[in-house]
Amino acid sequence: MSNGGEWAEIFVEDRQSASADFDEARVEAMASSRDLGAGIRVTVGDITGFAHTSDLTTNGLFEAAQAAAAVAKGGSQVKPIVLDGNGLAESSARILPESVSKTRKVELLEQTNDAARAENAAISQVNVRYSEGRRRILVANTDGLFNADDQTRTLLSVNCVATGDQGLQTGRETVGYTVGFELFEEHDVEAMARRAAARAVTKLAARPAPSGQLPVVIERGGGGVLFHEACGHGLEADLVNKGASVFRDRVGELVAAPSVTLVDDGTMGIEWGTVAIDDEGCPTQRNVLIEDGILTDYMWDHLRSRSAGRPASGNGRRQSYQHLPMVRMTNTFVTNGEAEPQDIITDTKNGVYVAQLGGGQVNTATGDFVFGMTEAYLIENGEITVPLREGNLIGNGPEVLQNIEVIGNDFAMGSPGTCGKDGQGVPVGDGQPTLRVAALTIGGTAS
Amino acid sequence: MSDTVELPDLANELVSLAHENEQIEVCVSRNRSTTVKAYSGEVESIRSGKSEAVGIRVIVDGQQGFATAGSLDRRVLSQVVEEARGNLQFAESDPHQGVASPDGVDSPDLDLVDPAVLHMSEEQKSSLAIELERRCLSADPRVSSVRTAAWSDGWGEFALASTTGISIYSEGGSCSVGVQPLAVEGNETQIGYAGDAARRPDSLDIDRVVTEAVEGATGMLGATKPISERLTVVLEPGVAAAFLGTIAGALTGDRVIKGRSPFAERLGEQVGASMLTLFDDPTNIDSLGADNHDGEGLAARKNMIIEKGVLAQFLHNSYTGRRVGVSSTGSAVRGPRSTPSVGVHALCLDPGTGDRDALFEKVVNGIFVRGVNGLHSGVNPVSGDFSVGAYGHKIRDGALAEPFSEATIASTLQRMLLDVVAIGGDFEFLPGGSGMASIAIEDVALSGM
Repeated sequence: MSNGGEWAEIFVEDRQSASADFDEARVEAMASSRDLGAGIRVTVGDITGFAHTSDLTTNGLFEAAQAAAAVAKGGSQVKPIVLDGNGLAESSARILPESVSKTRKVELLEQTNDAARAENAAISQVNVRYSEGRRRILVANTDGLFNADDQTRTLLSVNCVATGDQGLQTGRETVGYTVGFELFEEHDVEAMARRAAARAVTKLAARPAPSGQLPVVIERGGGGVLFHEACGHGLEADLVNKGASVFRDRVGELVAAPSVTLVDDGTMGIEWGTVAIDDEGCPTQRNVLIEDGILTDYMWDHLRSRSAGRPASGNGRRQSYQHLPMVRMTNTFVTNGEAEPQDIITDTKNGVYVAQLGGGQVNTATGDFVFGMTEAYLIENGEITVPLREGNLIGNGPEVLQNIEVIGNDFAMGSPGTCGKDGQGVPVGDGQPTLRVAALTIGGTAS
Repeated sequence: MSDTVELPDLANELVSLAHENEQIEVCVSRNRSTTVKAYSGEVESIRSGKSEAVGIRVIVDGQQGFATAGSLDRRVLSQVVEEARGNLQFAESDPHQGVASPDGVDSPDLDLVDPAVLHMSEEQKSSLAIELERRCLSADPRVSSVRTAAWSDGWGEFALASTTGISIYSEGGSCSVGVQPLAVEGNETQIGYAGDAARRPDSLDIDRVVTEAVEGATGMLGATKPISERLTVVLEPGVAAAFLGTIAGALTGDRVIKGRSPFAERLGEQVGASMLTLFDDPTNIDSLGADNHDGEGLAARKNMIIEKGVLAQFLHNSYTGRRVGVSSTGSAVRGPRSTPSVGVHALCLDPGTGDRDALFEKVVNGIFVRGVNGLHSGVNPVSGDFSVGAYGHKIRDGALAEPFSEATIASTLQRMLLDVVAIGGDFEFLPGGSGMASIAIEDVALSGM
């Protein structure tokens, strides 16, 4: 700081991960990886300097600090800082995956594979992937902040291919939480494998999806990504500040149907997007973004909250020590409504029922967003009928929020996800009760 | 610390640790990069960093273990060797598993080292980013602000060595710019994007980046949701690259062997329109994907993939090649952090003739797709289902007309190849390394209202 930087921060990260791929009914490869490094950030006014290094010796850190501080020209005040905190953290894991034998992990892969293959003779290929990651971070800054976190995530995913007369179809299921190997005490991998296999087999009989606008019912837990894309990104303060969000200047306005309450909550149990502190050392919290349809707040990181003169919301995240933090979501979800899920289906004359959504993407400036349906069915006369082939749905965020007609009382979180923004990926969760949107454009080929 | 060690020496030193029955392959790299972003006429952020990486494969009796780390520190390196050895015991033995062996093919011996990018000062980079923003703002009164105007550059060294006697080294760098202007009219905001990348700073076409980015934003003002119908779509070169890249992925040995390709049984068959010729050519220095070697250290080479619509061959690395009894096509792709997979380095399409307007004249009625989204969520390369969000312009009476947005285009990968009706002469190498032209595909479902 002797170069006169106004504010400075050091972020140290130690990441260990391991994975195993089971393909063609055998363990293909086991891999492990280790990364240790630091990122140093210096801000002077609105200018940020950042440098990262994997060299954690005094020399290496000093060099990085100098590179980061190069933006701070002139000035040379050195002021001592008292760090507030102890830099200790509790692990999110009860059973650290690294303490579990690799043999046990291989058994898990075999068990999952066998269950998927046994489900149906049409299953022609199964890929099971296990991964574990432990990420220890330490953040200190010139405000005196000194915080640490010890994040462990464990995940198992299964991808099935079914072969039929019309070609190949795929089915996927993933289970992943911010926990250690205890994940497999609570989750039945065989049941998950059977669901993935059944999904692929069901789709062998799928028809082309319709083309055009229809009502869409989204199964609980299957479509939180809709809100992640339709408005989540648009509520990130960095995009809002730059005028790149359709939700700019709309706090206090009715932006959604009055039944919609949207929350981003980094403290939420063991969900995939849960962290004790964000990557700027700020404790995460429950942030209500939309309450009864009214926009209440955006999400904030250090830089954006400082210039707005308000507290951060625990949403400053980064992919690794090599990246600058920015505003990111954690676990984003819509809270329960009052309708019975079955009634929502019955009350839909004709439409599409989406049981599982894939990823999505949004243009925050226009609000146009897409998301993929990986398992969907036609609704005909209030009943779920034939399965549909895969495709994207497209809608406009602000319009879709207004067009949410009914929300169920059966809230569930969905599958673990990775959210990409400006080239950085971070783990996120999402969830929602069963709900119906009055109209979305279905990107199919059938007229 | 490790800056003083030559990477090939380090790689070979680690390979020499191999036990008698072991195959070892070592990849090591060192990179540095800088990104400067400008906002409101000033530097917003400068990010710089150095990174190192190592990836080691150890194979004994067909069992493979892999380990990687983000450091070339000697203590870390010996741990990585041990980790890889520890991992291999749990992999099932596969007689085809192994590192690549030299195959006698000569590398194209391209000179890819151009130090010009190393001679740029931080001030020059900053003023370029600021200038990029300023030029977008002054190009059109409707441009209200610029979300990001960025300069990036990087320089890297890479060495690979193995117990089969392969030892290669490469070095080189590149630079890029990218800009996202926002255009506002009434209550409507549209965002554009354009970028360029090159080995030398003076090869960047800033004029074109500004024009494309600004037109991308202003041209979309007033866009409406189109009527759903089947029509001919013209994919601009960047979109064509995304579509054909997905096709190329489905034509890799890995997907074919594992029953994950809709084209698995179709070698030698007519899978596309006869005007369609697709190949991978990392030996063409005009592509940023050009390289002397593939990810296993074999010579890079030109590979025909689809020739006049006929499926010519599948791409292989040494493992997938051994599985089906053919040689590697030099198509291993990987960084040090992963094991070699199979893919393209510089995917190229044989262009047609005439400019883009000539292509629109052939289409008469259709759409010109300037961008797509949801490729990761709406395209299934196993089943072939293709459905993506699209925006661009209508084509009426053979000429560009009003903009459209909030729509999807859908078909299947298999049908789209056969439904190619024209290819433009507007060939260009894209920042991602592929050489593409606009392509027109008929009978695609446009979903809107």
